Amino acid sequence: MTVTRAPAETAGIAAEQRPSSTRRTAVLVVALAGALVAAMLVSAIIGQVPISPAEVVGSILKAVGIPNAWAPEDPITEAALWIVRFPRVLMAVVVGAALAVAGAVMQAIFGNPLAEPGVVGVSSGAALGAALAIVLGITALGSWSTAVLAFTGGFGAVLLVYLVSRSRGRTEVVTLILTGIAVNAFGGAGIAFLLFAADKASREQIVFWQLGSLNGSLGSEAGLVAIVAVLGSAVAWRLAPRYDLLALGERNARHLGVNVEALRVGSIVLVAVLTGAAVAFCGIIAFVGLVVPHIIRMVNGPRHRPLILGSALGGAVLVVIADLLARTLVWGADLPIGMLTSLIGGPFFFTLLVRQRRASGGWA
Amino acid sequence: MIATPSLRADRVSVDTGGRTILDDVTFEVVPGALLALVGPNGAGKSTLLGVLAGELAPSRGTVRLGERRLRELRHLERSRARAVLTQENAVSFPFSVRDVVEMGRAPWARLASLAEDEAAIDAAIDATDIRHLLTRTYPSLSGGERARVSLARVLVQDTPIVLLDEPTAALDLGHQEDVMRVARRLARAGRAVVVVLHDLSLAAAYADRIALLADGRLAAIGAPDAVLTPELIARVYRVDVDIVRHEGAPLVVPRRA
Repeated sequence: MTVTRAPAETAGIAAEQRPSSTRRTAVLVVALAGALVAAMLVSAIIGQVPISPAEVVGSILKAVGIPNAWAPEDPITEAALWIVRFPRVLMAVVVGAALAVAGAVMQAIFGNPLAEPGVVGVSSGAALGAALAIVLGITALGSWSTAVLAFTGGFGAVLLVYLVSRSRGRTEVVTLILTGIAVNAFGGAGIAFLLFAADKASREQIVFWQLGSLNGSLGSEAGLVAIVAVLGSAVAWRLAPRYDLLALGERNARHLGVNVEALRVGSIVLVAVLTGAAVAFCGIIAFVGLVVPHIIRMVNGPRHRPLILGSALGGAVLVVIADLLARTLVWGADLPIGMLTSLIGGPFFFTLLVRQRRASGGWA
Repeated sequence: MIATPSLRADRVSVDTGGRTILDDVTFEVVPGALLALVGPNGAGKSTLLGVLAGELAPSRGTVRLGERRLRELRHLERSRARAVLTQENAVSFPFSVRDVVEMGRAPWARLASLAEDEAAIDAAIDATDIRHLLTRTYPSLSGGERARVSLARVLVQDTPIVLLDEPTAALDLGHQEDVMRVARRLARAGRAVVVVLHDLSLAAAYADRIALLADGRLAAIGAPDAVLTPELIARVYRVDVDIVRHEGAPLVVPRRA
């Protein structure tokens, strides 16, 4: 599937093209950043303990050493903000950014807008790792045992897919996808067996892990994912011009000086780390990696520098809003966030597709 | 553009899947000359081009750029030495035509000035007659338009060696002539140009030398008049032809009676 921009949007003479596309990127980035700040603020305000916007701002100012009159007096409010809400909002931001950037990288190296990290086995590997930790009751690594095993499982699955599909120093994309299907099936079987073998409580835990949740995110966890998300996005940003060349096809990219094989290995590791870190603490959050880069590409064109920046911001916005809905839609309940990302992302994506189709006169 | 070193294939063979695709081919791509690579389907033209581009490792023999083995060069060094127009030129995302052409400057990122970039891009756009396409998206172009945009991308790479694999295949008569004129101009400017062609008359009209490949072997190499003889063409292509002279160049006309 390719997406063609409407002629009306691309009209204009050549000399004006670069400034106008830069301007469009700037507008997009500012709009997304604004939306992100607003969503974070709303997310910090709304919850079981109602907190006013002034209190949120005041509390943050106080924390950075600026005394002010807005800061909440009540220590319970302070605690709710700093122990429960801020870590959760931060986690939503960095998980969304990590997943969306991973999706953009995945689509870039496959040259296909339908690729997503799950294709190379990250999600099922991570789920298998988490299920193992839950069923066997592994606690050797303390409270992070499940996360560590999930990350290891996701990373291991990707490595396995990559090594198996590599032959004579090359990796064919079709082989990679088929190997991914095989490894996903194997992971699915493993999870099925563990679900079967597990007791009732573990079974429930596995099911809910797979549905994804940001409930109970700790500051330390969010900080760790934040470091991975920032570093990973920076690497993706650096590689972005090479992803542009890769869109010309493997051979042409090579002719233009890109070491395609090294780029692909590096990028798959990057995807595994970004996705693995995100799902390790929060479980599977579907759809973000697939839909966010696609939306950004529709709005702003396919150049990878703005695409990666836009995806990081857009993914963060989507997950913050989804998480806000997850914990507020039903009073006192925490809905699975994976369900909500799909629930919001799906119709939005579909609307864009239909608009696009109308503008370009067909499924171009 | 850096000074053109010669590109030399020395006794090159390529085996794939138990078959010998190229068999003991030796020849040199000379700066300042346009070499047409011709031969029947499956003769190994694209494989030879791949070897010359440094993307295929020869099973035997060596390809040298100046003194150095081509395969030992880093990807980026190779990309500053030679540009390649491939037959397949699909672009996976809806990049604008201008974006695609600009990508050809990638090897010179941080080496060339913005003015040099712009000059190279501007010249290539005019040479390939694509100015009216610049704001279109690449996937929305016709086959011939894509071929010209891809050629522009190859031209902006501004390399001393230019390898073109069937650049005229999708083009109408007028644009075929344009492309061959561009290729000849590159050669006159001191570059080494190799063009894979099927049209022997087109090759004869523009090339300084013609290399005729048959079954992976170099059947003949030399001036068009020397290579395009009815006997050799009959042997290699299994078709009887007459050679007619038109404006000083040989025209190859199959006997159809």
